[in-house]
Amino acid sequence: MKHVDPLGPRVLGFGTQSQTVGFAVLVVVLIAAPFITYPPFLMECMCFALFALAFNLLVGYVGLLSFGHALYFGWASYVAAYAAKSWGLPPILAILAGTLTGTVLGLIAGALAIRRQGIYFAMITLALAQMMYFVALRVPFTGGEDGIQSVPRGHVFGVLNLANDTTMYFFVLVIFIAGFLFVHRIIHSPFGEVLKAIRENEPRAISLGYKTERYKLMAFVLSATVAGLAGATKALVVQIASLTDVTWQMSGDVVLMTLVGGLGTLFGPIVGSFVILSMQYKLAWIGQWVLVIQGVIFVVCVLLFRRGIVGELAHRLRIRL
Amino acid sequence: MHTIFGVPTMALFGQLLIGLINGSFYALLSLGLAVIFGMLNIINFAHGAQYMLGAVAAYLLLNYTGIGYWPALIIVPIVIGAIGILIERTFLQWLYKLDHLYGLLLTFGLALIIEGVSRNYLGTAGLPYNLPDSLRGGHNLGFMFLPNYRAWVIGVSLVVCFGTWFAIERTRLGAYLRAATENPTLVRAFGINVPRMITLTYGFGVALAAFAGVMAAPIYNVSPNMGSELIIVVFAVVVIGGMGSILGAILSGFGLGIVEGLTKVFYPEASSTVIFVVMAIVLLVRPAGLFGRGT
Repeated sequence: MKHVDPLGPRVLGFGTQSQTVGFAVLVVVLIAAPFITYPPFLMECMCFALFALAFNLLVGYVGLLSFGHALYFGWASYVAAYAAKSWGLPPILAILAGTLTGTVLGLIAGALAIRRQGIYFAMITLALAQMMYFVALRVPFTGGEDGIQSVPRGHVFGVLNLANDTTMYFFVLVIFIAGFLFVHRIIHSPFGEVLKAIRENEPRAISLGYKTERYKLMAFVLSATVAGLAGATKALVVQIASLTDVTWQMSGDVVLMTLVGGLGTLFGPIVGSFVILSMQYKLAWIGQWVLVIQGVIFVVCVLLFRRGIVGELAHRLRIRL
Repeated sequence: MHTIFGVPTMALFGQLLIGLINGSFYALLSLGLAVIFGMLNIINFAHGAQYMLGAVAAYLLLNYTGIGYWPALIIVPIVIGAIGILIERTFLQWLYKLDHLYGLLLTFGLALIIEGVSRNYLGTAGLPYNLPDSLRGGHNLGFMFLPNYRAWVIGVSLVVCFGTWFAIERTRLGAYLRAATENPTLVRAFGINVPRMITLTYGFGVALAAFAGVMAAPIYNVSPNMGSELIIVVFAVVVIGGMGSILGAILSGFGLGIVEGLTKVFYPEASSTVIFVVMAIVLLVRPAGLFGRGT
């Protein structure tokens, strides 16, 4: 019998037709955006979008809620900033060093966290992240309360000067698109299908002969790596690495971004991070009330809007986004 | 002066005492978390915020109405517990059929709301709460000085913890509770109002957190951040102890408080991380937790 994909024909091996269209729209918007809005804000948005994509890879496709993703994001940011400033590494190597930090930390934390399931997993990841927050507070290289400031952006291949915001923007855009395609590739690979099987029914996946622990650990490491890439890039964008990025509030922020955009959707984390960051900027003047508003958004999303913006849109249009 | 392993005994016992005090709070809070988790299948992220709310309520009562420590110890848990019941009825009851993670996310949102509102009105600096006169002063035990209030906190926490353990493990009501945890449908078939039990359990857990908050007010400064800092440590305690056993939660709470106190004596740099390190070791050696049943 011929297999018919209920969600429409696949185009160019890129997920579904709707996802290809979505990707095209995304690229066009991001190329045009710096000529309309403030590029530094957009760059930060892209870093957080990449961070949320990494987080969503775990929660949306494996069903593992990591409540400590700031660990990989923040520490990658520290290492990238330190590499660029104190070792004088060029930007690409600094970002690679940061990304690798995410990978290594993800391997250690992931190996510990997957030993327990469900709700314990979230608590373990949160506790480990908090531990590394205290470490960041104490060790000298992070600069403690001051952080690592005035990080040089440097030159790519010794030619492109990233001190220029427009150049930097397109540099970040390339990283973002590469990260997005990487995550997309994982989700739509046979490996990704096994991850979804684990999410739906882990005992059954085990009975089918999959070593689910290995798959979960691999997914965790990949997610931490992409989170590291996001954090390292952010360090060069804002030219500072600070404690803010390793706090539990940061871990909460990325959960919120993904939830608002749509758990388990391809574009949700991107939309969610743009929405939440815009809100944080627009409402910066009301101070601590932002915390209250974020709390209210959490409550409303969980009770009434579990699909998120993109998930709801996809549901209404009966497409996959 | 006496020394043990090169540390003056005074300092050693002083830190042990602080460890026991911290342990009292770990035990009270992890106990509440375990009781709530048992019935609701929800990890109450707002537990820290509710503990903070207890301390804040005691502070407000004292400074705006003149109601002192002793009445607050009764009033505050009842009021905050009632708020907890309201929270369960309005928000949590819709989540029981959903994935675990939504309960965590919703209570996380509640924690943000409570903390944000408190920060707006109280600022982030700590506010001092004066000790009641009846608990001032202390005794010199020869090897150390024991302030009365600290002795009181440890004593009361022990009584409350073991009282809760007794109520759950040794009484008829507790038997219903345990049965409803195992199989709510069957218990309902016996004519027991399980939804009401769930509501009251949450109210009790929240009241316990508020009670701990009132007790903490004279020791730590009352500040909107006090809950979120503590709750993450309590999560680690819960991971170490496993939530399957009430006694396990109490023992690991006190035990880890002592471990933390000792670390402050022998290797102060690690005192803020030691509980997390213990958690990592336990996960490696006994993944199910010290008192856990399965995962």
